[in-house]
Order: sequence, then C-alpha cells, then structure tokens
Amino acid sequence: MKFAALIFANLFRKKVRLALTLGSFAVALFLFAFLAVVRKAFTGGADLANASRLVTINRVSIIQPIPLSYRDKIARIPGVQAVTHDNWFGGVYQDEKNFFPQFAIDPENQRKVYPEFVVPDDQWNNFLKDRQGAIVGARTAKRFGWKIGDRVPIKTTIWGGGAWEFVIDGIYHGKVAQDDETQFWFQWDYFQERVPDRLKGLIGWYTVMLNSPDQALRVAKAIDTEFANSPYETKTDTESAFAASWVKQFGNIEFLIITIGSVVFFTLLLVTGNTMAISVRERTGELAVLKAIGFKDRSVLFFVLAESLAIALFGGVLGLALAFLAIPVLGNALSGMLPNLILSKPMLATGIGFALLVGAASGLLPGIGAMRLRVVNALRRV
Amino acid sequence: MVSVNNNGNSSSLIQVRGLNKTYHRADEQIQVLQGLNLDVDKGDFVAFMGPSGSGKTTLLNLLGGLDVPTAGAISVASDEITHMSSGKLTEWRARHVGFVFQTYNLIPVLTAFQNVELPLLLTRLSKSERRQHVETALSIVGLGNRTRHFPRQLSGGQEQRVAIARAIVSDPTFLLCDEPTGDLDRKSADEIMALIEELVAKHGKTVLMVTHDPVVAARAHTVLHLEKGVLVEGSKSRQSVTAGGVV
Repeated sequence: MKFAALIFANLFRKKVRLALTLGSFAVALFLFAFLAVVRKAFTGGADLANASRLVTINRVSIIQPIPLSYRDKIARIPGVQAVTHDNWFGGVYQDEKNFFPQFAIDPENQRKVYPEFVVPDDQWNNFLKDRQGAIVGARTAKRFGWKIGDRVPIKTTIWGGGAWEFVIDGIYHGKVAQDDETQFWFQWDYFQERVPDRLKGLIGWYTVMLNSPDQALRVAKAIDTEFANSPYETKTDTESAFAASWVKQFGNIEFLIITIGSVVFFTLLLVTGNTMAISVRERTGELAVLKAIGFKDRSVLFFVLAESLAIALFGGVLGLALAFLAIPVLGNALSGMLPNLILSKPMLATGIGFALLVGAASGLLPGIGAMRLRVVNALRRV
Repeated sequence: MVSVNNNGNSSSLIQVRGLNKTYHRADEQIQVLQGLNLDVDKGDFVAFMGPSGSGKTTLLNLLGGLDVPTAGAISVASDEITHMSSGKLTEWRARHVGFVFQTYNLIPVLTAFQNVELPLLLTRLSKSERRQHVETALSIVGLGNRTRHFPRQLSGGQEQRVAIARAIVSDPTFLLCDEPTGDLDRKSADEIMALIEELVAKHGKTVLMVTHDPVVAARAHTVLHLEKGVLVEGSKSRQSVTAGGVV
C-alpha cells in the first residue's frame, strides 16, 4: 500500500493516454461480455439439458413427423419413467417480428418430463380443463403484457393458415434464471382438431424422462431399434446432444465467437503492450533513479505490472459494467430470438480474469525491460 | 583525512585499492581508471575534478555501487562492495549512499514530500515516522513550507534542495554528488554549496563530489584531480600534503 501513491501518480501522468487505454479495455471487455452472452444463448440449451432426458425425432429430419402411436411403445421400454411429445406451431402474434416459440404439448406428461418449468397447480388445472387454454413463459407474458384470462390470437403459417385463438390460463417460471421463459404451450387435442387430416396422429418429437442418466445409451438404442425398418425410423439422442446439434444448424457459432474474441484479445494486447512500452521508455531516467536509491529490480517490475494491471482492472470493470447495463436492453430488443441473454457471475469473473491476463501480458515485457535497465547507462541518457 | 596512495590497510570509512575500469567499444579497450587508491574518512568533503572523459563520474558510479570495477576493491565501513551481488548491492546503496545528480532527477508526478519519502519506502518505518523524517530533511534544506509542491512548481535551486533532502533523509553513510551545481546559476550554486558545507560541518556527513567548477571545488576540504584515469593531488587542501599523496 505504501507504494500506491507512486503507482497512481504514474498512472495519471498522461491523462489522455490513460483515458484511451482504459477505453480500449472497456470496449474490448464490453465486446467480450456480449460475445460470451450470445455464445451462452446458443449453447445454453446443451448446458441446461437434463442428463436424464432423451429426445427422439424422425431419423430423416426433425421437420418430419413421427406417429403418436410410438408413445406407448417407448413408455414400455425398461428405464423409461415418462414420455411426452411436442409439435412446433410456428405461429405469428400480430407481427412476424414478435417471434416466440409455441408448442402443442401433451398435458398429461409435460410436468413429469419438464419439472424445471413451474406452473401453479390451480393454473395448471384450469389449463387441463380448457381446450383452448395456453400456458405462457413469464418473459413472453411480460413482453406482451398478457395476463391470465387474456384471449390471444396466433396466426399459423404451417397448419392450414388462419388465426387460432387461445386463452392464457397460466404463466410458468423457470427454477433458475437461465431457464427459458419464452415458450407458449397449448393442448395437443386442440391442435389435433384443427390440423389437416393428413397430419392428424403425428407428433414432432418425443422427450423421454429416464429413471437414471446411466441408462441413456441403452434406452436410446432400444428406442431406435424398436422402430428400425418402419416407415418412421427414429433417431434418439440425449437432450444435450440434441441441443448441440440444433445450434449447429446456425453454423459454427462457437468458432465464430472464439475467432472474434481472439482477434479482440490480441489487438488489445498489442495496443496496451505498446502503451506500456512507451510509458516505460519515457520514464527510463526515473526508473534508473529509483534503482539507484535502492529499489530492487523486482520492485521496478512490480511498479510496471501494477500499473498495467490497474489499467486492465479499471478498464475491464468499466466495460463489464456497461455490458451489464446494455445486455438486458439488448435482450429485450431481441426477445424471443435469443433466449436467456444473461451476464452471469462466472462470465463477469472470466471477463475480469481476461482483462487481468491481458494487463499482465502487456506489462510483462516492458517490466522486464525496466528490471534489466542498467542504472549507469540510463542515467547517462537523462 | 584523504589519501590517494595508500595501498595497505587503513581504518578509513572508504577504502579504494587498485581500482581499474575498462570499457570495451567494438574492438577498442578504453581504460578509464588505472590502479586507483583512495582513503576517505568520515566527515571528509572531497571534490573530484578533471576534464571530460577523465573518469570522474565513473569513479562516483563505482563508489556508489552503480557500476562494478574491472579490477580492484572498494570497501565502505568495512563492507567490501566489489563482489556483492546485484541484489545485495541495491540493498547496500539504500542503506549507505545518498545520490545527488546534476539534473536533480526528481519524479515529476510526485510532490516534494513524496520525492523525499521515496528512500524511506524501502524501510520498515511507519507512516508517521516517515512523515517525521521527511519533514526534518525538508526543513534542513530550507523547504519545510514546500512539501506539497511538485518539481515543476519549484526553481532549479529548490529542486536540487529537494534532491539533497531525498539523499539525506535515510541518513546514509555518505553522499555522492555528481555536478550538483552544474545546472544552476551562481547564486543558487552558492546556496547549494552552503547547504552541503552545512551537512558536512553541522551534521557530520561525508561528501564526495564531482565538479567542473573550481569555485565550487574550492569549498571542499580536499580537491583531487583525475587525469587519464589516475588520481593526483589537488592544488587546494585543508590537509597537509606529504610526498606520495594528499594526507
């Protein structure tokens, strides 16, 4: 602490340069936070996936349906605790920009398979009794200002056209902040009534809850074997693998984000490394005086590193604070398109770690140069 | 008592024996100091004079442990510094040497107080003890009322006073002054020399000073000339001169 005055005095020596360097860190860390949040939004499904759940789709593609009659056969396979099914509705509420995912669900098994989505019992019971009933995620309800009892028309673009009317019977919440609260569920029976005859009795995919995650491989194989050589062959994966393959449809998001992040990292490293090198070079004489009066080499290295780390920390915190404020705004703007834009504590900690790593790396070479400075030579240059 | 030809044992504060310093430039060898002997007692005030390139600053750097000799030995208060590691030498400098430079070399972003406090940051003194020492040092150099001023807010003479306060604040064994008046006008130079004389006379400091200025050198107890790497007796000394050196 007794060196704090010296370190801070040197930090504020060139205020414009300090502001620009802090700005570089702030912008880089803002971008880092944004990329981390987007990446998490894409890959979060896989991270949140329940290890005890399997997803069974048509072997050809997820857009090809499979028969409802498979449900009972799947339920009989040893190790299966519950089976539910979903159909993608793909409707539009008022405007195409108002995207949110809608599913025709199996009310009987939905809550057994997805215990992380919590609906109050009274609301759920009303939903079961209401053919046009719907349960909506808290974020989507908040987004459109929907309340229980509201009638909501949703126009379908897939299932024969026209607007379908629903009644909001309940609002679900996730158990953790990362849970997707944007979905809209309605009764499969209502869906069956209105789809063209050729599509009746067909579902989009099954979600299977297992007794134990250890049985995943065996049960997945048993399901696919059961329907092998049928007109509707299946492909069963863990929910995590299913979510990962879903993300891959958008391209290699992870690679893209890591590439952009790496470019930001190295650019920042070069900018701050150059700044620190100039800063140390300007102070060669002063550093020599410090060494002459008894400051050790490692003390001089410490001063240079402390400066670069302080810049990294302040700039990083500034950038992350801005991101913390901006990401919810962005999340609202993109609501439904990318669920769960959450700047989590681990992301913030990683961001600070990233900033400190760049700070240490950028201060290290100039610091070593200052450490190796020969006092006699440096004083001669003063 | 100052001696330049003793090559045996002595009880002097500073003992230099057979000191050589050679620089290598490309294929050329430049011998700056050649077999130099010197004894300086506590409380002595010695001025080194000589033309440019005669090795005055090199000698000061060697005495201050900023450079290492090619051959020979330097002992200060019985500590042989010539073979100390770089780390040990740094610790030794902090305890024993106060440096005063021609261009003051104050840290421009620190106040006078903070500049003087720098050597004390290396000690175990508490904040209040450091404050007391700094205030004492600044009052000795007559700048007790300038503690919050930055170097740019001080005159050249005042800056050099701050530099002297920094040099004495940790009560070092001796002071090394490299052209302490070189950047000052005559009036300021006189004031600085009066201050150095006071440090010697009143506070018992040992001062070794390099200067080009004969008027400044004349204020030292002993003036030694460096010519072609060899110390020769000066024209002015308070001590008696015997054959073979200044004694």
